[in-house]
Amino acid sequence: MVRIDAADVVVIGAGIIGAACAEALSAAGLRVLVLDRGAPAGGTTAGGEGNVLVSDKAPGPELDLAVASRRRWPELLESLRGELGDELVQVEWEPKGGLVVATDEDAVGPLRILAEAQREAGVEAVDTTAEAARAMEPHLAEDVHAAVHYPEDAQLQPVLATTALLAAVRARGGEVRGGTEVHGLVLDAAGTVGGVRLGDGTVSCGAVVNACGPWAGHFSVTVGAPIEVLPRRGAVLVTAPLPPVVVRRKVYAADYAAAVATPHVDLQVSAVVESTATGAVLIGSSRQRVGFDESLEVEVLRRLARSAIRLFPVLAGVPVMRTYGGFRPYTPDHLPVIGEDPRFPGLWHASGHEGAGIGLAPATGRLVADLMCGRQPEVDPFRFRVDRPEVIAEVRT
Amino acid sequence: MRRVVVIGAGPAGMAAAREAAAHGVEVVLIDAAAKLGGQYHRQDALEPGDRFGSPVAPGSAEAALPEVEHVADATVWAIEPIDGGHRVHLRIGPADGPSRQGRAVEARAIVLATGAYDRALPFPGWDLPGVVTVGAAQALAKGQGVAVGDRVVVGGTGPFLLPAAVSLIRAGARVVEVAEANAAVTGWLTSPRGALAGWSKSGELARYAAALVRRRVPYRSRTAVVEAHGSEVVESVTLARLDARWTPIPGSERRVQADAVAVGFGFTPQSELALATRCRVSDGFVVVDAAQGTTAPGVFAAGELTGIGGADLAAAEGAVAGAAAAKYVGAAVEPPLRAMARVRSGRRFAAALAAAYPVRAGWHDWLRDDTIVCRCEEITKAALFRAVDDRDVGAARSLKLVSGVGLGLCQGRVCGQNAAELAGVDGTGFAKRPIASPVRLAELAEEEPIESPIDAEESGSPLGVEY
Amino acid sequence: MRVRFEGEEIEVEAGQTVAGVLLSKGIRSWRTTRGADRPRGLFCGIGVCFDCLVRVNGVPDVRACQRVVADGDDIRTQTGVELPS
Repeated sequence: MVRIDAADVVVIGAGIIGAACAEALSAAGLRVLVLDRGAPAGGTTAGGEGNVLVSDKAPGPELDLAVASRRRWPELLESLRGELGDELVQVEWEPKGGLVVATDEDAVGPLRILAEAQREAGVEAVDTTAEAARAMEPHLAEDVHAAVHYPEDAQLQPVLATTALLAAVRARGGEVRGGTEVHGLVLDAAGTVGGVRLGDGTVSCGAVVNACGPWAGHFSVTVGAPIEVLPRRGAVLVTAPLPPVVVRRKVYAADYAAAVATPHVDLQVSAVVESTATGAVLIGSSRQRVGFDESLEVEVLRRLARSAIRLFPVLAGVPVMRTYGGFRPYTPDHLPVIGEDPRFPGLWHASGHEGAGIGLAPATGRLVADLMCGRQPEVDPFRFRVDRPEVIAEVRT
Repeated sequence: MRRVVVIGAGPAGMAAAREAAAHGVEVVLIDAAAKLGGQYHRQDALEPGDRFGSPVAPGSAEAALPEVEHVADATVWAIEPIDGGHRVHLRIGPADGPSRQGRAVEARAIVLATGAYDRALPFPGWDLPGVVTVGAAQALAKGQGVAVGDRVVVGGTGPFLLPAAVSLIRAGARVVEVAEANAAVTGWLTSPRGALAGWSKSGELARYAAALVRRRVPYRSRTAVVEAHGSEVVESVTLARLDARWTPIPGSERRVQADAVAVGFGFTPQSELALATRCRVSDGFVVVDAAQGTTAPGVFAAGELTGIGGADLAAAEGAVAGAAAAKYVGAAVEPPLRAMARVRSGRRFAAALAAAYPVRAGWHDWLRDDTIVCRCEEITKAALFRAVDDRDVGAARSLKLVSGVGLGLCQGRVCGQNAAELAGVDGTGFAKRPIASPVRLAELAEEEPIESPIDAEESGSPLGVEY
Repeated sequence: MRVRFEGEEIEVEAGQTVAGVLLSKGIRSWRTTRGADRPRGLFCGIGVCFDCLVRVNGVPDVRACQRVVADGDDIRTQTGVELPS
């Protein structure tokens, strides 16, 4: 394996965002070193469901990024196919569509209003009757009131996707090094980043990307450039393998978008149900701000179970074989942080995607590469900038 | 209120429950089986009654457990940390049924005595019906009076192959051969190294060995079942001689007619509850101090969970753990010096046993590209290696997700250790199962009664346990 | 006590497991795998491998080695993955 001691860019964090940044930067001809203190794709990425969604976002900068990203994923996989071969780009990409359902009368109005606004923003959102929804998902509860079908919603397997992106980085002369903690930045007299300090020496580089996901806040404090990225815990239930017809699309309750958007610290649970290539059905989603505490809470699992049975009564008799938890990178204004840190030229941040990192990854990677290489970005980076008041955390320290 | 929850009613759990109860502590003893005893003292399920007596009726038999509530047919599916202790979540009733009863028990001290299960190494054809673990052959013979086949080959390593072979014979099977991959057990037992380790069961094993000799069952060392043949069930097996690394010696293969194979290559500790309570493990086994305390406050461990040493050691550890747990919840306890001495000698035996019956890497050579490594998800060796080579993941969590190994219903219980060894990653990640046993979604959704929650006001007794 | 296996009545004793009943009748396999449609039966015998799955009273994914039979149980083979009825 190539071990490089100087790189154009050091990306810290080998999750989906770090991998997507590294892929886009290496595609631009830069030599990239990806470092991770643990194993690649072993943190938040391994705990994700693999959502590539346009349905759960209201019009605004995040939806713009999501739309660009949704377009980019299949293109990216196709271009990697030529470079890496068929096997590696098999990432269980499934453009299966999403179905958002209103389980009570009160939810119908807001659901229709959101869909209308999304349509104006260019999202395909098809108002669907309860009958039509049940025709699409035969096991859906009888008492669904209305639904919206989002044909563009897709899913992939995040660890497969991340490892494919990292393989591309390696194929282009870059390196991915796990088990390597970054202790600090090497700065010149003017405060410009010139490298990173590791346990066993330094690596010189022209730029550093903080893609540490929920740990991006910690990392930013370590290097003296604090940003406000906090962990928001989530749990997923995994059922025993089921026949593929049980849940065909990504199906979730209309209150999901509200649960994502709430700033509340306490537990939010909203049903999100989908099947995977192995036949197991994934049941989310919960949101809790409990720091990095990963203790099991049966109450969270209980509420997930109830909400899933509410959508798909057939699941009541199905065994749950696993639960896994993860920490989403949360920012106070629910927007990712993407760009260069004005306090330390050469330090970049790409984090804060909360539960949408898998979907937003390719557009984020491209945005970082465009900005770093001085190209015209496809998505307006202004609302994601580092020096917005919600994110620059120095006020709080 | 002083309560200790003991999970597992094998030799370790029964001893822990008995000892804790003897110190006047309320004990809840939880086990998946209908009767006490665990795998080692497995009782005939078809006989009426329980030979360990009814624990709720003190003094009904000499071995009866005083003041112990035995919760039978109960599955612990989660342990949750709460202030001052743990909450243990149970489903009680017919296994895997949708209408089991929920219950949650809180306690300041828990004794984990969850035991271990046979490690099975993969080989071509090991997924055919008729290939079982020696534990399955034992459980079926002793508990159900049924032999797993008519002509059975027993293979693997360690002294525990012998009682399994004898049980098979008693259940009516013909044991065609016993294949020991290491050196012969009989030689080791009579050598000073084995005998001086001071294990009272060596005499029992010698009797098993003699029983096999009397029935002219061939016992071959440095031999293993390297393939099972058949279309729908096992029809024959290939045995081969092994070199010192366990690589099959070319030309030594023999085909033997058999309709069943029982294999066991040591044991894997049932460690999910220990990991769920954040106990430190080393090489898969729970790390304990002299009082059987784990690194998690209020959590004690005893028996095969802490190292493979047989029923005597497990019972001794259980007694120490039961006393320590009683002390932890505030009972006046004198150090159980005799049991602690038995633990020390038992550990010497266990260490000698582990050294004499290791699993050697040559088993990798038994596998072909299309040999299944993960039985649930039907992942082959070639697919596992492809995922490892192409995707360069360095840990169990991501390895599972790129290869599919360990994602099925057994959650890596069977394949985890083998896959981790083949892939060169630490296997602990495969054993993390916060849901320790599957529960139906409706069961999970149901509110459970929580009995006599632990009272934080009463937690004034000394937390440190020192002997 | 009687149970039915694939519709056929079998005399059983209290305390027998589903696996104990089936193996005593010479039945070695009672489910097939989801992927390769291969036969499976008892493997670990003590509830850890989830290979001996069977359908009892309309509920799939029941471990035959752990489930003790009850009078009147309707036991069926399991083909790949199934939903409860």
